[in-house]
Amino acid sequence: MFRFGTWLFVSILCFAAASAMAQGHKPPTDAQIADIAYTAGQIDIEQAIDALKKAHNKAVHSYAEEMIRDHLAVNNKILTLLDKLNVEMEDNDTSKTMYQEAHLKRDELRALSGTAFDKAYAENEVAYHEAVNGALESTLIPSAQNPQLKSLLETGLKLFKEHLKHAEHLVDELK
Amino acid sequence: MTVRLNILAGGALALSVLAFGIPSPGAEPRVHEIVIDKLAFGPAPEALHVNNTVEWVNADIFRHTVTATNGSFDVDLPAGAKGRTILKRASVVDYFCRFHPGMKGRLEVAP
Ligand SMILES: [Cu+2]
Repeated sequence: MFRFGTWLFVSILCFAAASAMAQGHKPPTDAQIADIAYTAGQIDIEQAIDALKKAHNKAVHSYAEEMIRDHLAVNNKILTLLDKLNVEMEDNDTSKTMYQEAHLKRDELRALSGTAFDKAYAENEVAYHEAVNGALESTLIPSAQNPQLKSLLETGLKLFKEHLKHAEHLVDELK
Repeated sequence: MTVRLNILAGGALALSVLAFGIPSPGAEPRVHEIVIDKLAFGPAPEALHVNNTVEWVNADIFRHTVTATNGSFDVDLPAGAKGRTILKRASVVDYFCRFHPGMKGRLEVAP
């Protein structure tokens, strides 16, 4: 059931990113891309806040702290850049779908505790970062027009790839 | 009394030079900078020697660590922070970031 849930979530996220691009055959605008990237970070932060309360394992706890710290740094950078460019983030179907899916996932994880929670959280972090990185590589980075936004997304991708490795190590440790 | 102590200390120094030879060349203090930027450690400086110091400069907006795999140092670097590692032994030390495991580097310290 969990694996199916993860798969479903990943496929929905990929679908959401792809469908945003397909909407009227128009790629997402910078204002939408910024919103999607910000939302992706916010989702992981909110999940990490939960994990700080529930994590059993010390390494999982410290991973959650890292997620809040790193994603917050990127999101603050997005806000600063948008201020500078005088651009407002634009809510869109991709962001909405991602956020709704994340809520379902969070409820699923909230039903677990102890080691079962740690494992499920770590596995979801792997799946989530894979999905976000896929969306960044395939859609968000290629569609970004502003060079500063593009470069920020590229740094984000580099960071999230590190998070993916870290989450994979956690999954291995918890086996 | 102070004079006598100084004479003794001088004697001890002379003895130790006799016993262990002249300190090896290249071991003068020097500070080398390694900048961390965009989730990567900058290149290792050439010609690192014992008694040198590496100054780590975290130019990222992320917190990193510089953690030796052999446990000889572990420097915590909040965003924008600096830290130092004194090279006390001739050795080859691999290091990584505890938060971002793909970040790796190596120090080759000559005598
Ligand atoms: Cu790091």
